[in-house]
Amino acid sequence: MDDLRQKYIDAVAAASDETALEDIRVQAVGKKGEVALKMRELGKMTPEERQVAGPKLNALKDEINSAIAAKKSALADAALDERLRTEWLDVTLPGRPQRQGSIHPISQVTEEISAIFGDMGFAVAEGPQVESDWYNFDALNIPAEHPTRTEMDTFYMTMPEGDNRPPHVLRTHTSPVQIRAMMDQGAPIRVIAPGRVYRADYDQTHTPMFHQVEGLAIDKDISMANLKWVLEEFCRAFFEIDGIELRFRASHFPFTEPSAEVDIRCSWEGGTLKLGEGDDWMEILGSGMVHPHVLKSAGVDPDAWQGFAFGMGIDRLAMLKYGIPDLRAFFDSDLRWLRHYGFAALDVPTMRGGLSR
Amino acid sequence: MKFTISWLKDHLDTTASVDDIAEACTDLGLEVEGIFNPLDRLGAFTLAKVKSAEKHPDADRLRVCTVETNEGDKTIVCGAPNAREGITVVLAKPGDYVPGIDVTLSVGKIRGVESHGMMASERELELSDEHDGIIELPSGEVGEKFVDWLAANDPTKVDPVIEIAITPNRPDALGVRGIARDLAARGLGTLKPLKEHKVPGTGPSPINVTIDDDTKGDNPLFMGRLIKGVKNGPSPAWLQARLRAVGLRPISALVDITNFFTYDMNRPLHVFDADKVKGDLRVHRAKGGETLVGLDEKEYTFDPGMVVISDDEGIESIGGIMGGLPTGCTEETTNVFLEAAFWDTIQIARTGRALKINSDARYRNERGIDPEYNAPAIEAATQMILDLCGGEPSDVVVAGEVPDTSRAYKLDTDRVQSLVGMDIPADEQRATLTALGFTIKDGMAHVPSWRPDVQGPADLVEEVARVASLTKLVGKPMARAHVGVPKAILTPMQKREGMARRTVAALGYNECVTYSFIDEASAKRFGGGAGVTRLQNPISSEMSHMRPSLLPGLLQAAARNQARGFMDLALFEVGPVFHGGEPEEYEQMITGILVGHTGPRDRFGARRPVDTYDAKADVEAVLTAIGAPAKLTYVRDMNAWWHPGRSAKLGLGPKNILGAFGELHPKAIAEMDVKGPVVAFAVHLAKVPFPKAKGTGRGALGASDLQPVERDFAFVVDADVEAINLVNAAAGADKALIADVNVFDEFIGGSLGEGKKSLAITVRLQPRDATLTDKDIEAVSAKIVEKVGKATGGTLRG
Repeated sequence: MDDLRQKYIDAVAAASDETALEDIRVQAVGKKGEVALKMRELGKMTPEERQVAGPKLNALKDEINSAIAAKKSALADAALDERLRTEWLDVTLPGRPQRQGSIHPISQVTEEISAIFGDMGFAVAEGPQVESDWYNFDALNIPAEHPTRTEMDTFYMTMPEGDNRPPHVLRTHTSPVQIRAMMDQGAPIRVIAPGRVYRADYDQTHTPMFHQVEGLAIDKDISMANLKWVLEEFCRAFFEIDGIELRFRASHFPFTEPSAEVDIRCSWEGGTLKLGEGDDWMEILGSGMVHPHVLKSAGVDPDAWQGFAFGMGIDRLAMLKYGIPDLRAFFDSDLRWLRHYGFAALDVPTMRGGLSR
Repeated sequence: MKFTISWLKDHLDTTASVDDIAEACTDLGLEVEGIFNPLDRLGAFTLAKVKSAEKHPDADRLRVCTVETNEGDKTIVCGAPNAREGITVVLAKPGDYVPGIDVTLSVGKIRGVESHGMMASERELELSDEHDGIIELPSGEVGEKFVDWLAANDPTKVDPVIEIAITPNRPDALGVRGIARDLAARGLGTLKPLKEHKVPGTGPSPINVTIDDDTKGDNPLFMGRLIKGVKNGPSPAWLQARLRAVGLRPISALVDITNFFTYDMNRPLHVFDADKVKGDLRVHRAKGGETLVGLDEKEYTFDPGMVVISDDEGIESIGGIMGGLPTGCTEETTNVFLEAAFWDTIQIARTGRALKINSDARYRNERGIDPEYNAPAIEAATQMILDLCGGEPSDVVVAGEVPDTSRAYKLDTDRVQSLVGMDIPADEQRATLTALGFTIKDGMAHVPSWRPDVQGPADLVEEVARVASLTKLVGKPMARAHVGVPKAILTPMQKREGMARRTVAALGYNECVTYSFIDEASAKRFGGGAGVTRLQNPISSEMSHMRPSLLPGLLQAAARNQARGFMDLALFEVGPVFHGGEPEEYEQMITGILVGHTGPRDRFGARRPVDTYDAKADVEAVLTAIGAPAKLTYVRDMNAWWHPGRSAKLGLGPKNILGAFGELHPKAIAEMDVKGPVVAFAVHLAKVPFPKAKGTGRGALGASDLQPVERDFAFVVDADVEAINLVNAAAGADKALIADVNVFDEFIGGSLGEGKKSLAITVRLQPRDATLTDKDIEAVSAKIVEKVGKATGGTLRG
């Protein structure tokens, strides 16, 4: 029996392919194979002999079957290895092309701004861009014929024949949204209002359309000192620079009283702008305490409520933060610009994950 | 508004430095736009004396001078004809920057002789255009600073000029006195009292003035007087220097005097040449159509209602805006009629804008001058005319009366602190207002006549705050409105807009922001261009109409990019489109275009022209992302800019359209100069219904453990049968069992013959209760074939 075992174990080891292996299996452990024939001889044996030979034959059958299985998998592995050896690809060739989309800096920065103010409890309000004369001017304490109006380079809409209302305008600022939001929600209120605004001006640094974000907070005891804190917190979070300092400077806006222009500390050393250091100041926004007339226009009692408002340019903030040189390029849709200054689709600014990557 | 420090010192007694004055101005709300300080440029130069001047050995025109300086004697080679022994000169040493020649000096050799500096001419120091020789000073010691000498002997030459921006609420600061008053309130000096003048008249004015009744509201006051026997001519040097320093051109003494008052006291005046005025002056409204040549030599035509001043021959002056050329003063004027009037600001603004005149007078009269200063102005100006030109004044004629602008507001000092958030003691608040000219009586602040902007208690707060200095304001934390985790702040629509935007960017589109206005032709091509969407005053014809669609802006962007060599594009925009000219007639849309091919050329042969089904996949992705129902109605009735056969709208029924997709009309693309094909999608973001139920539960997942079965069918149908009908019919065969029906092949023509096509679908059967038997499958298959046959006339392909 040992000879039989040795014969087939050797044969399995020597088999070179699956066919040879199958032949061996039939010859050895098939129905008519040598092991089966030996099994048949068991009947002729004495019970004592059978008790010894039976288990041995079974063990032999198992051993040959396992050897065949092991050899089979070894052969398959070898065949696979051989195949894989021929399947070399030049992985440096380009992959299947995929389009890469992008988010415009205006959208990204608007989301950054609303993430910060959202954390401070400001909701996002909106309003129309074709605006009535009343919302854009009168309600904001800018009377007709006032020089402020003419200085705003307002775009006027054409009114239908026979319509005697003052012409609608393209909103020159996001401030009318203050009025709409207060009329809707009353006080107390905290909102920001980002969006497109329009002025008839086009040169190196002006485009006839740009973006502003308005901020409004009205409550019982909000002060200009609170305004300064909110703006400082905002600037530090937005520019991601802890040491940012702001300076308030008295100014005039019809819709706030007192009014302040707000400068940010910066340095121009070596021709590059650095925020939060240096001895220069750069104007970044206008702000102030909401004028009682404005509160009254929006149906809020100025004797019971007070608060602040501010407005800043989103495009300008984007330019400052991301070093984008030319405002006009924002609206040109040059693919190279969109790709260079744009943001990935899944790069969503959050307060927990940070605003920029 | 420009002023010089010496002019400021006429009104302000101060020792403050130029920098301190400038800083205070900015902080007070008079934003400094520029400082021009001659001291900065001339500070290095000192006086020196020429001890000897010998002819240069190698040059006839040069002299070798020995010059006594504060650093000992120096040799300087000089080419000036007046360089000679004994004169006192201005010395620039090696290392000094000489502004007029833009050179920093160094020791140089001139024809073999070393020269240690230079003796400067006036032009080289930018003091004047004088360059015939070097400066010779009549006095001065060796080593004295040149700027000190100038300050003592010729102060206008070193008078620093400050330019400030004046906000529209501060007409008083359009006069030097107003600026001085602000600085005094801030503590930078003391405001000098205004000199009072009273020049008695010597008889009635031969020229009388009347104001028409219908004009009095817009012109409450006119004062004037004749001064005869004046001698006009150039004004004195100090006056000319001042006017030049603030950017005005000296004209003649009489005109310069009016300009002086304009800048000194924010008090525009006018002078008529009395000999050219025929009869009396009458202030009235123009009938319309009259004309006048103004002092700027341009002809103006008046609208009815504009306020003008006429004599017997017609209109001679545009009240408060500009005088007329025919009655203007010249060097020959001997009799002058001086006018000081107070006009209605709105009337001035309206007339000035209509006539497009931007004069100093209009600028001030439309912002508001001091009505109480009208009579004093006549006296002060008369005095100045007498001083500079001589003459004999008449009595003052007066038409109308000084309007009463007196008013008072409660000063609530606690409220001031609460609004500003700064500790400003009540006494300090009152002192500030008093210094600004307010009178405080019984807690009420009476407003000075030169501050038309102060119209309520809030304005008092601003005055106190700006004088107290907002620079000193320290931020105070503002508590959150609610305790705890901040609530979500975006509205469902805002969230939706963001979701749609990032979905489309993830699909490979680049987001654009294009102008909300486009040219008329493009607006019309895409369904807009109505008159009410037109801007009255567009900045160019490319930006004249509010866009009716985002497509034209994106197509123009595509054309620009194609011109730069980028032919294959995926662009999108989220933004408003305008259906009319009323504020509410807009809607927020998202629109994308695919232009050219799917991608660059590749080895896989995957590049192909973009087609309708690309756009369809993308519109479906957007609609799914913002929560539109899966089953939408197709509407094939398309606007003209879509390809009629290769586009559709998707809606909740035919009336409620949510979006559209497909190929754009080849003509529309060609007209927009884009090389196609172009496919597009558009979604009306707000039209997709917002979820009603507020709750986060999803409902249970109905996943069966039983094996699903897929069966394929190929139907032959007429070529115009829409796949959706076939799919819906198949799906309707057994709604419980059929989980999904999908078209996986379309074959047109060939052996099927003309007008026929084959659509192959795969149907997925998902049993719920028991494994499907062959019999079950046959039964449902038969039903599918029957239903499809009934709905589409299709038969199983043999």
